[in-house]
Amino acid sequence: MNYLNTLEIEPFILSFKLALTTTIILFIIALPLAWYLSQTKSKIKPVLEALTALPIVLPPSVLGFYLLYTLSLNSPIGSFFDEYLGIKLVFNFTGLVVASCFYSLPFMVQPMQSGFESLNKNMLEASYISGKSKLRTLFSVGLPNIKPALLTAIIITFAHTVGEFGVVLMVGGSIPNETKVASVAIYEYVEILDYTNAHIYSAIMLIMSFIVLFGVYVFNAKQKKTFI
Amino acid sequence: MIKIDINKQLHGSNGSMTLNVNFNIKKGDFIALTGLSGSGKTTLLRILAGLEESKGNISVDNQVWLDDKSYLNIQKRDIGFVFQDYALFDNMSVEQNLLYVEKDKKLANKLLKLTELTQLAKRMPSTLSGGQKQRVSLCRAMMNKPKLLLMDEPLSALDPSMRLKLQNEILRLHKEFNTTTIMVSHEPSEMYRLANRVLVIQQGKIIQDGHPKDILLKTSGSQKFSFEGEILDIIKTDVIYIAIISIAQQLVEVVLCEDEAKEYNIGEKVRVGTKAFSPTLSKYN
Repeated sequence: MNYLNTLEIEPFILSFKLALTTTIILFIIALPLAWYLSQTKSKIKPVLEALTALPIVLPPSVLGFYLLYTLSLNSPIGSFFDEYLGIKLVFNFTGLVVASCFYSLPFMVQPMQSGFESLNKNMLEASYISGKSKLRTLFSVGLPNIKPALLTAIIITFAHTVGEFGVVLMVGGSIPNETKVASVAIYEYVEILDYTNAHIYSAIMLIMSFIVLFGVYVFNAKQKKTFI
Repeated sequence: MIKIDINKQLHGSNGSMTLNVNFNIKKGDFIALTGLSGSGKTTLLRILAGLEESKGNISVDNQVWLDDKSYLNIQKRDIGFVFQDYALFDNMSVEQNLLYVEKDKKLANKLLKLTELTQLAKRMPSTLSGGQKQRVSLCRAMMNKPKLLLMDEPLSALDPSMRLKLQNEILRLHKEFNTTTIMVSHEPSEMYRLANRVLVIQQGKIIQDGHPKDILLKTSGSQKFSFEGEILDIIKTDVIYIAIISIAQQLVEVVLCEDEAKEYNIGEKVRVGTKAFSPTLSKYN
């Protein structure tokens, strides 16, 4: 029990703070993108889709390396943010959020997009014919009818951000209370052969992840019942 | 007065063709649009609604909806559209579906009453039957008091008795609101009952245009009776053959000799006629 008393919870708090911030920002960014992708017949659609899906296939170290390079003071983007806005984007929490937004983007966009694509097109057209704008249609008809997809997008993005490791390590390093999230903490425990703490941390992550996913599937099963 | 002159290249399953129609509609008309699938009926409705782009001219009561220079947005055309698959807003109750179009509670109540849906006002669409859903869809289309009501095979998914009930309701609403209506249909009895003008469209062109009686009644020459049907089966019994033919929802048997049996194929469309006797009527109850 001693172990639990001395357990540092900061890495978990940091993980969840990061996941929450990323999820909220991504929800706002992904919504118009997913809507556009679901409705457009434009030729650039496959380009955008491929770009969006990149973080799924790229090794996190590759993504992390490019992000580190782009956000650091050596690059025009990084130095612009530092010079004009006074924001440093690497080895701090802000940098983690930016990196996580790239890393988790597909997990927010893809469920939303397939949700929008599964909507009955006639239902949206009926709304336009009723004299309602595209924006009004999105909020009054589109979103309420894809609740399960939205929930999946939000939860998976959240869970995926909690679970990220490679990108966070590359862009954030391991600064306690700033960038040392749970997954990084576990890695460090293993590195110093502190298996007890590694076990405790890992078990907590495992159980929480399971509960979150279990909750999503239970909710979605219920939603499906009410829709049919 | 609605003037329609449309020219659009279509790429359908039967290759490409040109939808080229030019006709006028008087206010209050009920037009039935019919023809084989892929002939351009649905596209025509969608162009009128503004859901698809096209070249040509459309003007409704001197308001230009489409010409070379201008294009009136879907949202600004006063249209009611009844989809084949109802397309109700699943997240809203029956009443909310109507009020979403126009916040006019009085009109909503009136429409629900006319279609006997008052009891179901608070129900969600997923709990309704097909016929009920289509009635809600019809009411919803009337909520913005459309200048033009467009219906794309509104009753094709319903059973015959429900069809009859809804046909009467469509007719009642059409008269009550003095709407101009265009309905796509494949059902001759439905067109005969509802429409005062039938347009037959084939390969994107109007090939027949006239009164339902002139277009839909198939008798020719001295035939007393004539029905269109489809051969479902040809059975050999002893020396004769019997063709099982489906006419509307009824099955009939027609005796064929061997030569005739060879001439017809299963699945073929045929006309069943007779002129040898006087038909008799008897009360059905």
